[in-house]
Amino acid sequence: MVLWLLILIPLLAAPLAWIGQQWSRHAARWIAIGALAIDLCLALLLWRQDRSAQTSGHGSWLFESQTSWIPHWGISLHLGLDGLSLVLILLTAFLGLVAIVASWTEIHRRVGFFHCNILLALGGVIGVFLAIDLFLFFFFWEVMLVPMYLLISVWGHANRRYASFKFFLFTQAGSLLLLVAIITLAFLHQQATGKPSFDYADLMGLTLNKGMAWWLMLAFFVGFVVKLPVPPFHTWLPDTYTEAPTGASIILAGLLAKTGAYGLLRFTVPMFPDAISDFAPIAMGLGAMGILYGAVLACAQTDIKRLVAYSSLSHMGFILLGAFSGTELALQGAVMQLVAHGLSTGALFMLVGALYERFETRDMRQMGGLWGVIPRGASMALFFACASLGLPGLGNFIGEFLVLFGSYAAQPMVTILASIGMVMAAIYSLGMMQRTFFGRQRETRLAPDLSNVAFGTLLLIAVLQVWFGLYPRSVLSTTRPVMETLVQPALPSPNLTHPPSELMQSSNLFTPNVSTP
Amino acid sequence: MILQDFIALAPILDLGAFCIITMLAIAFRRHHATIAVFAFMSCLLTLAALPWAATATPRTVTALLIVDEYALLYMGLVLSATMVVIGLSYRYLKIHFSEQEGIEEYYLLLLLATFGGLVLTVSAHFVSFFLGLELLGLSLCSLIGYLRTRHHPLEAAVKYLLLSISASAFLLFGMALLYFESGSMTFRGVGMVMKQVQTVPGLWLGGVVLVFVGVALKLGLAPFHMWIPDVYQGAPAPITAYIATVSKGALVALLLRFVTDVGALELPSLVHLFGLLAVVSMVTGNVLALFQQNVKRLLAYSSIAHVGYLLVALLAGGAVAAEAVTFYVIVYCAMTLGAFGVVTVYSREGGDAERFEDYRGLFWARPWLAAMLALSLLSLAGIPVTAGFIGKFYAIAAGVGAGLWWLVLALIGNSVIGLHYYLRLIVTLFDEAPARAVILQGQAVQATQAAGWTTVFSLGLAASIILLLGVYPEPLMELIRDSVSNLLMVAVQRP
Repeated sequence: MVLWLLILIPLLAAPLAWIGQQWSRHAARWIAIGALAIDLCLALLLWRQDRSAQTSGHGSWLFESQTSWIPHWGISLHLGLDGLSLVLILLTAFLGLVAIVASWTEIHRRVGFFHCNILLALGGVIGVFLAIDLFLFFFFWEVMLVPMYLLISVWGHANRRYASFKFFLFTQAGSLLLLVAIITLAFLHQQATGKPSFDYADLMGLTLNKGMAWWLMLAFFVGFVVKLPVPPFHTWLPDTYTEAPTGASIILAGLLAKTGAYGLLRFTVPMFPDAISDFAPIAMGLGAMGILYGAVLACAQTDIKRLVAYSSLSHMGFILLGAFSGTELALQGAVMQLVAHGLSTGALFMLVGALYERFETRDMRQMGGLWGVIPRGASMALFFACASLGLPGLGNFIGEFLVLFGSYAAQPMVTILASIGMVMAAIYSLGMMQRTFFGRQRETRLAPDLSNVAFGTLLLIAVLQVWFGLYPRSVLSTTRPVMETLVQPALPSPNLTHPPSELMQSSNLFTPNVSTP
Repeated sequence: MILQDFIALAPILDLGAFCIITMLAIAFRRHHATIAVFAFMSCLLTLAALPWAATATPRTVTALLIVDEYALLYMGLVLSATMVVIGLSYRYLKIHFSEQEGIEEYYLLLLLATFGGLVLTVSAHFVSFFLGLELLGLSLCSLIGYLRTRHHPLEAAVKYLLLSISASAFLLFGMALLYFESGSMTFRGVGMVMKQVQTVPGLWLGGVVLVFVGVALKLGLAPFHMWIPDVYQGAPAPITAYIATVSKGALVALLLRFVTDVGALELPSLVHLFGLLAVVSMVTGNVLALFQQNVKRLLAYSSIAHVGYLLVALLAGGAVAAEAVTFYVIVYCAMTLGAFGVVTVYSREGGDAERFEDYRGLFWARPWLAAMLALSLLSLAGIPVTAGFIGKFYAIAAGVGAGLWWLVLALIGNSVIGLHYYLRLIVTLFDEAPARAVILQGQAVQATQAAGWTTVFSLGLAASIILLLGVYPEPLMELIRDSVSNLLMVAVQRP
């Protein structure tokens, strides 16, 4: 029931926010903030509770809720919460709040409808993280699409129409492929047991023949990777991220991309262990390609929002790399990267949005020397640029380092290539700082610095980044039981130099069993 | 024995009687509202007779008709859709006609066409099939041309007439061939021949294909779709909705029964041929819809594509296919009525609102109407929470279950193409610069008031069905499963 509350609070608050527009200008914003704050508190409460259960549990659901929906097809309203989904739900509620704060001064038209859509999209995202019936999962997977599309096409920048179309068509194509794979699995279950089922646990236990497993795995892979995205499925990303309003960009990069990663970790990797062990090198290669491709293109951008978009593409490559490496270290790193990248990209998009609001350009050639104009914004930008390039002591570093460290055992060459991406990250991140905030000021400009609320939000994100950088255990210990279950099937790479146990031990470096503070 | 026959036939007899009564009523009292209510009540009372008839099913009444739960289900669909169309028509006719022009026969023709549709759902014999089809077709022909002072409706009516004639020609020739081979005019008799012989005679195959072509012409399956866009565009909006729902629903009911009874899907050659037609239809409909600037034409092309999706489900064969087809048809009727309903409501004296321009910024001017249209379009595109998604899910499931991989992949690819033009219309609804909406806002308010409860009822019904089936489809699935099993059971019990 608690799980349903998590989903229903934003969904029910959505129409309320729309209506609230009539009462006062800010009513919609406050309703949205209230709903997400309640969600955040609820999730935090669950997190506090989960600590005790966590030590004994082995990746099984901490909370579960099941109601019959379409029994003939074996479809039920089945929600389950484990460490991975819990962490991502916390991230969702938090980034939702950030998105609302970021659009506080940006969105003036149709405020109520904007927040209605934000809440609907977030409700869908939370549903995706909770659903463990594949039909229900797909249901939520699509629910978040339409409001997202509206957010881009109504409140976006100049080229919004094209961008929103591209976004919707690409993701929909991936989704439909996914749908066919899901239905096929249900039918295979029917062939095996006489009854179709869409339940996660039922489908996990299915034995597939090799060819079928390959095709299904591929469909599951493509369906999720389109959302992530990774080349060659990425072409919607720069347009969409750039044209979307700030709030929507934060949700797109911070959360929607994470649903793709979540899908890979939750479904693709554990469901088709045999096919994955063959496919992992290709997937990891794609990940490395994504890292380098995103980084190279980010270096070449003059549009600051596009730069952040491509850097996001580059960081997503690490997640793919980690997800398929099959070692606990890298998998944990991928999760850390999910959280840290969500925070740092959210902050960067917020800053870019603030710049655009003040100077009405995203072109870095027309910026320069802005440190003197908006010192607060500039200092925050420096912080998050450093986070994005992987400065030790911040969350992103932990994520990327763990991924690289963990994947080296499986694919040394790919990992070496991928690590070049971290160097490139330094180039484009610092280049962005240089061109935007340092150097000679083009003309004398006066603009208000960041408002207290925005600055406070960014500071909060910065504190979280430092927290995760110095004490990653708070996230890693929550997700560890889930990740351990993923290690087993994906490890049978014969030329592995380290035995699994050794890797497990090394992971304890980062998750020491000290008592909680 | 005889009484049971009458009970089984109650809905058809009921509606037939009401047709006559309505005709007499028009002779006595020419009053628009009265006759409209009369027509509406006729459908409602016929609908009420369905449960009663269900007590006597399944029952073969003479060689011509077979009343089973499957037929009753489709009757319910046809009658409900007619009721919605009547609800939509009332205001539309008021705007387009003055009271003296004699608009009452419109409802009579509507009832007659529905009567034809009912006959189609129960026919198990070529004679009843042909009679039902002609009754439906001829009534529709005059309905399409009902706005007789306008150019477009007349053109559309002539086109529909030509189409009807050619469809009849194909059908009659096909029937003749089948009769020649089997010596029987009943569907099952025709099917028996195929069961008994080793190699299926060529003339028999040709006959089945010709009958299929006749039905395909009426359904608007590519490459027999040429008339669809013109007629959809030219016909008055409520009649377009009628063609797209009632006429198609009844024909699909017939097609499913024909294909099942004849056993056409047991022949791989026919499955391949129909599969090819399905792909052609999906591609043609979707690709041509991409370029449309006219909402009615866009919906027309999309309907061609949807018949293709339907055929994919049909070709899967067996119980799942019949369920999927039936579910899809019901869903398709709801969403098409929703879309054309909005076109109807938004239409003005000058003509139907059919250009994209008319819909620019509609959402900000008339949110409910635009939300309704957006909901219908999303449903047509197959996005979850709407019934269209469950329908598409069912169709894909049927295809996957039967291993029709290529058809399923074609369906997916086409869904993506289809999404593009639906989105194009939806984004227009949300666009800025509500040119016409602002100018006509005064009128719009008037129109909203004039829209009245009939429209609200019709659109509300469509919207609630779309949402309800999208979220909780189980009861309908259950119902369909029961009725369809009947159809298949009868088919299996072939002597």
